[in-house]
Amino acid sequence: MKRVYVNEEWCLGCHLCEFNCGFANSGETSMIKAYHREQRPLSRIRVEDGDDIHFAVNCRHCKEPLCVKGCITGALSVEDGVIKIDQDQCIGCRTCIAMCPYGCLVLSHNHTMLKCELCLENSCGEPACVTGCPNRAIVYEERG
Amino acid sequence: MKTKYLIIGNSAAAIGGVQGIREVDKRSKIVLVADEPYSTYSRPLISYWLEGRVDREHMVYRNPDFYRQYGVDTLLGTKVTAIDPTRHIATTDDGKEITYEELLIATGSHPFVPPIEGKDQAKNAFTFTTFDDAQGVKKALTPDAKVVIMGGGLIGLKAAEALIDHVKSLTIVDLADRVMPSVLDSEVAQVMQQHLEDLGMVLKLKTSIKRVGNMSVTLSDGAKLPYDILIFAVGTRPNQALAEAAGIDCERGILTNESQLTSAADVYAAGDCTQSHDISADVDRNIAILPNAFMQGETAGINMAGGQAVFDKAFPVNSMGIKDFYLLTAGSTEGQPQIVNTPDGIRKFYIADDELKGYMILGECQRAGIYTDLIRQKTKLSTVDWNSLAEAPKLMAFDVSVRKADLAQAH
Ligand SMILES: Cc1cc2nc3c(=O)[nH]c(=O)nc-3n(C[C@H](O)[C@H](O)[C@H](O)COP(=O)(O)OP(=O)(O)OC[C@H]3O[C@@H](n4cnc5c(N)ncnc54)[C@H](O)[C@@H]3O)c2cc1C
Ligand code: SF4
Ligand code: SF4
Repeated sequence: MKRVYVNEEWCLGCHLCEFNCGFANSGETSMIKAYHREQRPLSRIRVEDGDDIHFAVNCRHCKEPLCVKGCITGALSVEDGVIKIDQDQCIGCRTCIAMCPYGCLVLSHNHTMLKCELCLENSCGEPACVTGCPNRAIVYEERG
Repeated sequence: MKTKYLIIGNSAAAIGGVQGIREVDKRSKIVLVADEPYSTYSRPLISYWLEGRVDREHMVYRNPDFYRQYGVDTLLGTKVTAIDPTRHIATTDDGKEITYEELLIATGSHPFVPPIEGKDQAKNAFTFTTFDDAQGVKKALTPDAKVVIMGGGLIGLKAAEALIDHVKSLTIVDLADRVMPSVLDSEVAQVMQQHLEDLGMVLKLKTSIKRVGNMSVTLSDGAKLPYDILIFAVGTRPNQALAEAAGIDCERGILTNESQLTSAADVYAAGDCTQSHDISADVDRNIAILPNAFMQGETAGINMAGGQAVFDKAFPVNSMGIKDFYLLTAGSTEGQPQIVNTPDGIRKFYIADDELKGYMILGECQRAGIYTDLIRQKTKLSTVDWNSLAEAPKLMAFDVSVRKADLAQAH
C-alpha cells in the first residue's frame, strides 16, 4: 500500500505541508478563504523543528493500528489498509491519543479527533502535503 | 448445535475475537452467545447516553451489519450456564447444547456491591455497567432528584458527570482518601477533586455507607443522606464462575498464557474476565479496560483459527474526561515521580530502572501516546533525550535510527 514517507534530510522546516493539509480538509476553494475563517483549519500533519533537523509526522497507517484497537466507540477503522475516522461516532475521549506511538492524532475544534486519511476522503485524491512539498521531503509511495 | 468457533460474550473482547478469527479463517462457522439482548454496544457510552450526548444509534461498538459481514451466527439474550471443556460442549439457559472445536470466554465483569445492610430492599438503587442499568437510572431521573453515588472510581465519576447537570444534588461517597484511588496519587487526585466540586458535586471521602434505609443512606460518620437515586459503583469483578466451575485455573480473573489460552485445551479467554500480567508494575492483575479487552480477544481469535499471535504488553491505559477536563493515565506508579507543570495542568511521570513506568496527565495531552510507547517498549530513557520529552512528547527526542524506522519504513 502507498503511504507517506519522510526523508528528513530534505525537510526545510517550511511547514507548507501543514498549510496544505489544513486547506485540503477545509472544503474551501482557496487557501486565503480557508485561513481567514474564525477557526483556522487544523493540519493532520505536524512538522517537528530541531536546531538543524526538521521532519513532518503524520499517521503511519500502521498494519497493527493501536489507535483502532483501542478506540472505545469503534469510530476508528481500517478500510483497505487506510486508517479512517468516523467523526459522527467519535466522542473525543482521547483514548486513541494515549494509544498512538507516534502522536499522530489531532484534536479538532469541536473536540473530536482528526487524522490523516491520505486525502482519500476529500477532493485531492492524493496527499496534498506531498503534492505541495517543495523538496520531496515527504513522498507517497510503496515501501516494504 | 455444532460450530467450529464458539464465543461467549458480545463486547470488546468478543468482537476482537471475531475479527481475529476472520484474519485467519474466512469461512468456518462462528457462533456468538451473549446474555445481553443487544447488538454490540460500547459500554463506556452508557454514561454519554444517559447524559444525552450520544443517541442510541451511536452507542454501537460496531455497525449492526457487522455480524453479517463477518459471518457470525448470534444467540443474543441467551446465557451460557455451563461449559464442559472435555466434551467441548456449552449449555445455555434455554437448554441448548452447543458443541464447539474452539471456545472463547469473553464474559467481562460484573459490578461488585459490598454487603451493606438493607441494600437488597433498597428502592431506586442501581449499579452502572450496562445499558439496562443506564435505562433504569434514566427512568428514575427527575430534576429534583438527590443522587448518592457510592464509589469515586472511573465508573462512579462517569455516572456523576452524566447526572450532575440534570439533578438537584449529587454526593459521591468513597472509603478512600481520594477519587480514583487505583490510578491517581493524592496530588493529582486533589486537582480532579477541585474540578468535581466546582461542577457542584459533593465529595465525602474516607466515608462509607453503613446502611440503606427507606430512600436514605446512613454514612459511617453517622450522617443520614436522603436519596432518590442510589448508584453502587464500587468496582467490578471478573466473570469467571463458568470457567471455575469447569475446573479452569482462575485467580483474580481467568488465567491465560500469552496466546490467551486457558488451562483447558481449546478454551481461550480475553478481556475483563481475565487476569493479565501488567508489564508496567511486573504484577499479575485484572486490567479492566477496553483496549486490553479488544487486543486480547483479537489475539485469542488468531490463535483459535490456527494463526500465531501473542499479547504480552498488557498495562492499563485510560483516558477519562469529566466535562471537558481530561485525565490520561497509563502504567503504574512504580519508582520516582517527576512532575512537570504545564500551562493548563500537570504531568507526572514515574521512572524506575531507567524506564518510564507510568504517567498521569491533566490538561494538554496531545501526542501522549509517545509516552505510552516508552512504557510499552520498556525504552531505556538514557537512549532518548528524556528532558526534552518530559517537556513535550516528540519524535525528535529519539535517535535518528529510531525515527527513520518510525517514519521512513512501513510498519
Ligand atoms: C460506565 C463505564 C465506563 C467505562 N469507560 C471506559 C473507558 O473510558 N475506557 C476504557 O478503556 N474502559 C472503560 N470501561 C471499561 C470497559 O467497558 C471494559 O473494559 C470493556 O467493556 C471490557 O470488555 P469485555 O468484552 O471484556 O467485557 P464486557 O464489556 O463486560 O462484556 C461481557 C459480555 O459477556 C456477556 N456475558 C457475560 N456472561 C455471560 C454468560 N454467562 N453467557 C452469555 N453471555 C455472557 C455479556 O452479555 C457481554 O456481552 C468502562 C466501563 C463502564 C461500565
Ligand atoms: S493514528 Fe497512530 S496508531 Fe493509528 S494508524 Fe496512525 S500512526 Fe498508527
Ligand atoms: S477520541 Fe474518538 S477516535 Fe479516539 S478513541 Fe475516543 S472515540 Fe475513538
